[in-house]
Amino acid sequence: MKQLLSGNEAIALGAYHAGVQVASAYPGTPSTEILENMASYKDVYAEWSTNEKVAMEVGLGAATAGVRALVSMKHVGLNVAADAFFGASNVGVRGGLVVVCADDPGMHSSQNEQDNRHYARFAKVPMLEPSNSQEAYSLMAYAFRLSEELDSPIMVRTTTRISHAKSVVEVAGERPELGPPPPFIHSPSKYVMVPSNARPRHPLAEQRILRAAERFEEFPLNEVIWGDRKVGIISAGVAYQYAREAFPQASFLKLVTTYPLPHQLVKSFAAEVKTLIVVEELDPFMEEIIKSIGIAVQGKSLFPIIGELNIDIVLQGAMKAGLISRMPKEAVATTPALKPLPPRPPLLCPGCPHRGVGYVLSRLRFGPKGSIPGARVGGRKGKEWHIATSDIGCYTLMVYSPLFAIDSCVCMGASITMAHGLEKAGVAEKTVSVLGDSTFMHTGIPGLVNMVYNRSHSTVIILDNHTTAMTGHQGHPAAGRSARNEEAPKVDIAELARGIGVKDVNVISAFNLKEIEDTIRHCTANNEPSVIVVQGPCSLYERISGTALRVNEERCNGCKLCLDIGCPAITFDGDKAYIVPTMCIGESCSLCVQVCARNAIEKAGD
Amino acid sequence: MLEKVDILMTGVGGQGVIMASDILTTAALDIGYDVKKTDSLGMAQRGGSVTSHVRIGEKVFSPMIPPGGADFLVSYERLEAVRSLVLLRPDGIAIIDSVAVTPLSVTIEGYHYPSIDEVKESISSITQRVYVLPVMEMATKLGNPRASSVLCLGFLSVFLEIPEQSWLDEIRRHLPSRLHEVNLAAFNTGVEAARERQKEEDN
Repeated sequence: MKQLLSGNEAIALGAYHAGVQVASAYPGTPSTEILENMASYKDVYAEWSTNEKVAMEVGLGAATAGVRALVSMKHVGLNVAADAFFGASNVGVRGGLVVVCADDPGMHSSQNEQDNRHYARFAKVPMLEPSNSQEAYSLMAYAFRLSEELDSPIMVRTTTRISHAKSVVEVAGERPELGPPPPFIHSPSKYVMVPSNARPRHPLAEQRILRAAERFEEFPLNEVIWGDRKVGIISAGVAYQYAREAFPQASFLKLVTTYPLPHQLVKSFAAEVKTLIVVEELDPFMEEIIKSIGIAVQGKSLFPIIGELNIDIVLQGAMKAGLISRMPKEAVATTPALKPLPPRPPLLCPGCPHRGVGYVLSRLRFGPKGSIPGARVGGRKGKEWHIATSDIGCYTLMVYSPLFAIDSCVCMGASITMAHGLEKAGVAEKTVSVLGDSTFMHTGIPGLVNMVYNRSHSTVIILDNHTTAMTGHQGHPAAGRSARNEEAPKVDIAELARGIGVKDVNVISAFNLKEIEDTIRHCTANNEPSVIVVQGPCSLYERISGTALRVNEERCNGCKLCLDIGCPAITFDGDKAYIVPTMCIGESCSLCVQVCARNAIEKAGD
Repeated sequence: MLEKVDILMTGVGGQGVIMASDILTTAALDIGYDVKKTDSLGMAQRGGSVTSHVRIGEKVFSPMIPPGGADFLVSYERLEAVRSLVLLRPDGIAIIDSVAVTPLSVTIEGYHYPSIDEVKESISSITQRVYVLPVMEMATKLGNPRASSVLCLGFLSVFLEIPEQSWLDEIRRHLPSRLHEVNLAAFNTGVEAARERQKEEDN
């Protein structure tokens, strides 16, 4: 049966048909939909774990029990899970364990660009890369079999364009009938990694990579396409699709097994072509391995190491190599006459519960606003600006105009810990850290424990919107919703903070500016660690809509104070403010009403 | 079988761009084409620019349309049409909702938002086949401004070889039943608007 599936949907369906019984993940673009789809299969146990390391260990536990397990995450998630990933490589598996890792070249929704193929080589874990949804579906069955045969986790690496692009899949398999797990086997020499047990495991990992390389010589999804033998291209993943379209005449070796590389297959292909080129996104991963086995090949001398590739970039590389003399006509880009175009970056939605905190932070001189040229800044000039460290989530968008409210965004959990480090370094400025409820569960908690234990005076602002918003509204332990969106036990953030030893814990509303201001003033003035839990639902998640507010044109004097909150629903029509009725969520927000000095914003019907 | 058709759909997060491209892609799949489709997701959903690349043909490789390769540009907002112009091929067809969704960069930072005439002029260097319509306004008259995404599909359908039945089936499949009536009406309004424009051009 033919279906149109995204790479992530295909991976989930492939894993389902391969008999996966346990699936675990932490949400992260572009990997999120894998677990969301697994959760839609009622006969699979699927969970949002508190973070990627936890997810990896849950998967390893299930594999140790002898059932097949799927773990999925985005590229930086594997940094968090690396300890467990290397551990899994060390002890191996009983049931198949497949780790899907989705990279984000071009950083569509990420804080960095990293090539996770290195992890496969680093951890000595065999790796497969699909180049479309069909391969993503088909390779899952192989991946699980291989995992069990080689006694190793298998990494499946995708990128944004593979995970999110939809293409046609011929669905051949179906769900097998599965019984309860086999009896547990106690095998301390395999699973208890004291040095005496761990030493014999390393040679096994080395042997396993050699066995995988042998197996990959005959791997059915690797493909040689013979064309003109003047140019031979080795490629994988979405880069293969760009190269195939750019060079319809060339010969191709398309690899799905990108670690370890099948050396004989590469050598025999190289021997048949005059010029050998590797087309791959990000690092010269395959290129360096191919060179190391003594084959002359060009790659990163022609194609960029930074960002995504596309057909045009591949063609430009071909020009450099002298393979084509000019760009084909249709790829010559025409430049529009209108410049510069107004940018439209992502922003906090109308009714977003983070906006009030961002606005108050700027007002209280936290963040970089004072050093932004042209930003509207109230108050005395020359007075110091304090420091607001942030984390990974929608609230990171507070960095944009007009809020300019945060000073850092580095990795999950780093808001609390960096603020603590700043304070201990002795900075004169006050520090606050800002993070979301899901991020607090993910890696924020150890940072708060550290703050209390090491006698910090900083303030942690936890923006509790009851969901993991940025990745598309997944449940987490403090939201009380499971991966299947069923009710689940709920962590009380304020009680947790008190339990850790924070005495100054405040729970306030996200839509009351005065309360937010008073609380931040109070907490940043005292000499003890403090926590502010700011509660307000994500307006997009709860689909909050009410009668839009409107501007009383007689009262509005066009002062533009309302623009300081950065609400996309507020525009200017001539010299008066105008609220776009289809965007405003109405009274439940009302931040603009609170900042207007002339009482000019009112409920419709007032 | 037709030759390859590349369609770029664009707009602002929340306008229904992705849903419209889902309908288009599955309608093409229903009648046996190879199709690929790529959306901008994640952070870009939060009120930012949204694009969806739809590629239809006998065999499609890249999931992305190369610059200068799109046969059609369907834009639900006029500024976003200009932003995506580099993807439109010379003499390609542009279908644009004249509606303005003003970004904060215009309201706060003083960027210039292009007028309808400026949009038309900027496209004229690439193609003369430009249709600028008040799509959102037309959909609002039918009773739901959000039906504008399907209205544009109706307009586009006149230029494609996908039978009407496939369109109607996919609209029903992708939308809840309470929205069927208004969206089927919107599709027809789009078809009629395109036929009228074509008649004007013929005369």
